[in-house]
Amino acid sequence: MLIKRYLPPIALAACAFLLPPILAAAKASFLLTQLTMSAYYVLASLGLCALMGYAGQISMGQAAFFAIGGYASSFISTRNLVAVASFPAVRFLDALGLLTRGTDSYGAALLSPSPWIACLCAVLLAVLVAAVIGTPVLRLKGHYLAMATLGFGLVIEKIVRGTKALGGADGISNVPAFDIFPGLAVTGGRAARAANFTISWLVLALGLLALVNLVGSRAGRALRALHDGEEAAGAMGVDTASYKLKVFVLGAVYAAVAGVLLTHYNGSIGPGEANVMKSVRYVAIVAVGGMANLTGTLVAGLILNFLSLRGVFGRYDDAVFGIILILVMMLAPEARALGLGAKAALAALPRRRGGSG
Amino acid sequence: MSLLELEGLSRSFGGLRAVDGVSFAAEADRITAVIGPNGAGKTTLFNLIAGSLAPDSGRVAFDGADITGLKPYRVARRGMARTFQAVKLSRKMTALENVMIGRQVRSRAGFASGMLAAPWTWGEERSIREESMKAIELLGIEEYRDKETGSLPFGIQRSVELARAIAAEPKLLLLDEPASGLNVRETRGLAELIARIRGRGITILVVEHDMSLVMDVSDEIVVLSFGKKIAQGKPRDIQANKEVIDIYLGEDDA
Repeated sequence: MLIKRYLPPIALAACAFLLPPILAAAKASFLLTQLTMSAYYVLASLGLCALMGYAGQISMGQAAFFAIGGYASSFISTRNLVAVASFPAVRFLDALGLLTRGTDSYGAALLSPSPWIACLCAVLLAVLVAAVIGTPVLRLKGHYLAMATLGFGLVIEKIVRGTKALGGADGISNVPAFDIFPGLAVTGGRAARAANFTISWLVLALGLLALVNLVGSRAGRALRALHDGEEAAGAMGVDTASYKLKVFVLGAVYAAVAGVLLTHYNGSIGPGEANVMKSVRYVAIVAVGGMANLTGTLVAGLILNFLSLRGVFGRYDDAVFGIILILVMMLAPEARALGLGAKAALAALPRRRGGSG
Repeated sequence: MSLLELEGLSRSFGGLRAVDGVSFAAEADRITAVIGPNGAGKTTLFNLIAGSLAPDSGRVAFDGADITGLKPYRVARRGMARTFQAVKLSRKMTALENVMIGRQVRSRAGFASGMLAAPWTWGEERSIREESMKAIELLGIEEYRDKETGSLPFGIQRSVELARAIAAEPKLLLLDEPASGLNVRETRGLAELIARIRGRGITILVVEHDMSLVMDVSDEIVVLSFGKKIAQGKPRDIQANKEVIDIYLGEDDA
């Protein structure tokens, strides 16, 4: 039982190390790029799975938190502080080792906040925004919550698209590499491809592990209980408002971390990441994964994002996710079709093999 | 001092005074029943006590503290557990998981330690499981332990809900029409069970329609009619009370 619960994160971590040599042997290492990007998108979906699948609180604004993470981190880490290098505050940060030096493409000196600082600020910003938005909005239920979060997503998209400092329609480019340790950086390029794949799948495995733990914990049971009835959960001592806010913030943190890492990996971010269609994707992936099903979300997310990034859906990319969402809602009102199907198939396997059940 | 004291509790919906100046006390280690015909305000009274509704006026004191207007989860943390007239379980959680929700008020592990599966939560998690199993055994529903409750027969769901409330080890247990939807045999079993729960030092306040159950198990009966308390006393006295017989036993559906 315990092993079954922890199998998916263990498998992910194993794949993080095993896939690069396997793909290299198959002369298909170029696939690692899309697999890396998929992992980050799936991380955002996993956060939504906790919020929507387990706690039953729909959010159509997950892409906004992804964008907040990506934009905040790239904005901060692309600031050039050379002109203000003599200011005491800047020198203090420098003395703490929180600034990085470099040169831009014209050879001019760069002095920028380290991506660690940028990442931390980005995640804190996401937490802050989630708390401020979530507190009033999470009093709403069902369609009303969906519409309110959709409105929030639209506002964030308009802000990033319309703000000059954030690059408007072009977004922010030349985002520096994120040096996690010396010699290990989140960045694009062929040389770093295998290492970055490993980083992304390990991050995903850790994110999944934390949620597997959460779902089986006291707090996880409270979340699942409030999904089915806030009145009963409240009557058993669950502070439903507080739990809803916490899981909303948690979902935002997952999206923001994903946004930060993918942005440093790609070296750029554009307003498309904040697009409402991206939020629809996250929702569609959780739905097709079986809602309260982390493994389902993981598998559906990896497959669909990978296919989408490979360009398999062509011009119909967004439409595919829209259609998936419609089909899941129609064929399985509780959106558990695939999850249940997979469960049934798994349950049947050992029985057939063992013969005695 | 009484465990639960109500003082002039009132609540209206529009022009209807659903509960109208009700006062009574539930003594510790006793079984107190609230009876009355349909629409007498019994469930509203329950919701006022448990915090699901705020009273327009009046006061609720529980275990020596004023709990008027407190949110249900705060009332629950002070040692009050309840069941619902229409069973309210998490349908996709197993019977055991549902009962484990009852231990929320007796445990502390938070969000972060849950995500880390922190070692200091392991002992607590084990005790949550063990105490929940004890409640499940008390109700005799061990065989349904790992079944999702949505698929269980109604009578079993009732038992799961009751086990969840007992797992909280409340000082006061509120039972909202526990016999509704049960057959005669199940109702008899329920009467025994209620007596056994009281034996564990849990005070019980029960709202009930089923007269046989109430007369069997209660120490004290409060009679409501149109939101007002019209009588209070021992089962024997209530059975002999002329006014109660008129409004209650004279009714067809009693």
